[in-house]
Amino acid sequence: MTLLHIENLSLSISGTPILKDISFSLEEGRILGVIGESGSGKSMTAFAIMQLMPSGASTTGQLLVDGLDTLNASENELCKMRGNDVSIVFQEPMTALNPLKNIGEQVAECIMIHEPQTPRGEALNRARSALERCELPESRFPLSLYPHELSGGQRQRVVIALAIALRPKLLIADEPTTALDVTTQAEILTLLRRLVQEDGMGLLLITHDLAVVADMADDIVIMKDGEIVESGDTAFVFQRMQHPYTRALYEASGHIPERTPTQSMSPILSVKEVVRDYRLPRKKLFAAPEHFRAVDGASFEIFKGESLGLVGESGCGKSTLTRAILGLEAVQGGEIRLNDAPIGPGHTMGPEIRSKMQAVFQDPYGSFNPRHRVDRLISEPLHLLDSPPAGSERSDVISNALREVGLSAEDQFKYIHEFSGGQRQRIAIARALIIQPDLILLDEATSALDVSIRAQILDLLAELAASHGLTYLFISHDLSVVRSITDRVLVMKSGKIVEEGATDQVLSQPKNEYTKTLIDAAPMLP
Amino acid sequence: MAHYVLTRLLSLAISLIVASIVIFALIEIIPGDPAAFMLGINAQEDTVAALRSELGLDASPVARYFEWVGGMVTGDFGTSYTYRTPVTEMIGERLWISLPLALIALALSTLIAFPVGILAASRRGSMTDTVIMGFTQLGVAIPNFWFAMLMVLVFAINLRWFSAGGFPGWDEGLVAGLKALTLPAVSLALPQASILARVMRSALVDTLDEDFMRTARAKGLTRGQAIKRHALRNAMIPVLTIIGLQFSFLLAGAIIIENVFFLPGLGRLIFQAISQRDLIVVESVVMLLVFAVIVVNFAVDIAYAIVDPRLRRQA
Repeated sequence: MTLLHIENLSLSISGTPILKDISFSLEEGRILGVIGESGSGKSMTAFAIMQLMPSGASTTGQLLVDGLDTLNASENELCKMRGNDVSIVFQEPMTALNPLKNIGEQVAECIMIHEPQTPRGEALNRARSALERCELPESRFPLSLYPHELSGGQRQRVVIALAIALRPKLLIADEPTTALDVTTQAEILTLLRRLVQEDGMGLLLITHDLAVVADMADDIVIMKDGEIVESGDTAFVFQRMQHPYTRALYEASGHIPERTPTQSMSPILSVKEVVRDYRLPRKKLFAAPEHFRAVDGASFEIFKGESLGLVGESGCGKSTLTRAILGLEAVQGGEIRLNDAPIGPGHTMGPEIRSKMQAVFQDPYGSFNPRHRVDRLISEPLHLLDSPPAGSERSDVISNALREVGLSAEDQFKYIHEFSGGQRQRIAIARALIIQPDLILLDEATSALDVSIRAQILDLLAELAASHGLTYLFISHDLSVVRSITDRVLVMKSGKIVEEGATDQVLSQPKNEYTKTLIDAAPMLP
Repeated sequence: MAHYVLTRLLSLAISLIVASIVIFALIEIIPGDPAAFMLGINAQEDTVAALRSELGLDASPVARYFEWVGGMVTGDFGTSYTYRTPVTEMIGERLWISLPLALIALALSTLIAFPVGILAASRRGSMTDTVIMGFTQLGVAIPNFWFAMLMVLVFAINLRWFSAGGFPGWDEGLVAGLKALTLPAVSLALPQASILARVMRSALVDTLDEDFMRTARAKGLTRGQAIKRHALRNAMIPVLTIIGLQFSFLLAGAIIIENVFFLPGLGRLIFQAISQRDLIVVESVVMLLVFAVIVVNFAVDIAYAIVDPRLRRQA
């Protein structure tokens, strides 16, 4: 029978239309993928199903969840439905759990809310078995653990456990793996698929990642700007790709920018036997503090004009290594040299060395001061120069930098909140570029972007590398991006570099076991 | 947790020692010789010297510091220069007014602020919220002594429900004592309640936007249940901080209110002692207040750890 039936659903928030006339349905035991980029309304569809919409939202149309007309249901009926008939798993496992309650309580709460007569002990028992179904056995993950004691993937399992504790008929997973590493992503997707099979649930899988859906979903719905542009059987949709947007999305997902590798033999950056230790909090009052070795004897070189990838899972030490290369933190062993000059924090390196290296970070929203205008934001690195340009010369430099990244000179007078995520990332690149560095570190610089925007940014980076003779260190957990933009790749695990080689070779014929695991876990486009 | 409590205790002890040294040193530097002050400007030099030695002021500062600290540890705060009575007794009498006053005011402030702050936060943006925030704004802005005088006018002079000031002493019975403290406690509590309600509201509003609140709603909790079970405790950290600060303020900072209501509290004691160069009393009262503040901070730190499991591991 039809579990979820949506017909002509429109939703607007304070008069702004968010969803326009969408219709689809989902049967028991089926997986429906909803694909779209940010702003396409895919998450709002989920919130509409749960009736957990932001204030000011108004809806028209029909939305039936297991026969219940949720648009007209009372709050009481909806509370009975939520968590019991329909559950949802959110994108951000790090913040989806209450930090002050242990995981047992949080899963048991679901049971006790919907079946108030259940004794606490029994609710905890059922919580235990729900957690066990999500592969968190009590022997290793006692119910008394708090969320902060778990990794992102483990927390997502807890969120899934509390979603399936009451065996709902419909499970909504809103970008359940976007914040996770590839290997964790593969595990979570396998888990979801198993639970759907075991319980005969319907799964609504919302994602921006075509490859994830291609692997998982029976049917797909492709959304753009609040509308459904194409829908149907997954294999069929991928084969036909009737709507231009579907094709564009597909092409952007596997986009490889055109670039001509420029090989040179002179190293621009050399990292030798670098060790980075962090002090752990003392376990006992007078005991010597223990250390955690985040980077353990990493050595490599980057040659002028090349694009080097650094891949690994979160916690492998790649960000720590990046900070050390940028000279933001002292290393405990080894040496980093840029253009043969030593790198280190504080006054170890002068402005003339620092000006040869710039960075672009992951979060296009968090990495700008919202109170500064764009001209001030991107001209900041100029202070590293002996005689920074002033007056009209300065505004020329700024205009140039903006034009080079595909923005207009007038954009310098705007504030950062006036730009989209992709534009902000362009501004971040302009900021790095303005001082004409030799080396740019791109730390997950495309990970927060939609596929079509990501493709544009990759093209831009390829262009700039060719026109400016730039060298890139591209740090990412996303193998498809690394494959498309790097010449050589380093694979990092537990602070050590475990494999190194030409990108094509490493990704097609990995020698290291860990590299193989990473590649196998990455979802593939059909 | 034991480790956490232990480190907090250690920090408490160090704070106390540092505070006692600072207080003692400051009093040493203050100009004005208590002996000369007590004897007046026409006193003979040898008379002053004799009094100095009688008061023990001629001993070395280090010796006097240890004597002072040693005395305090055994409950002997020395003898007042002006009144020639044990400081311990003087403080004891005053503390029995100031401490209940502070506690009643704090209890009132918390009892008002919590429901008001929670109501405003859960109806964020509504008329209720606007009205409540307006009143708390007023409560923060109005000076408490003006409010105190207003209350004296209404409740003591017109309605004659309470006396306009003074304290009958606890010997007159609990009811009489509490009655005398009611108006001062209310005038102290209202501005504090306004501040605390605003903190409560903003902390709760921040928490309501957290992802885990959405998870709670998705589990099937009603808005009210979600706030009660998940938001409140998460909003407690800033609220506890303010409550701790308010208690310290109420204990020592009630001096104006004590004056309005003629209450012989700690604030008035210290004010008199300063103007009379009764340094031993000043030292002792200040040390006592510092002690209270440090102990309250310790209690707040422990409360943080009870509220938030993430803090228990840290030193």
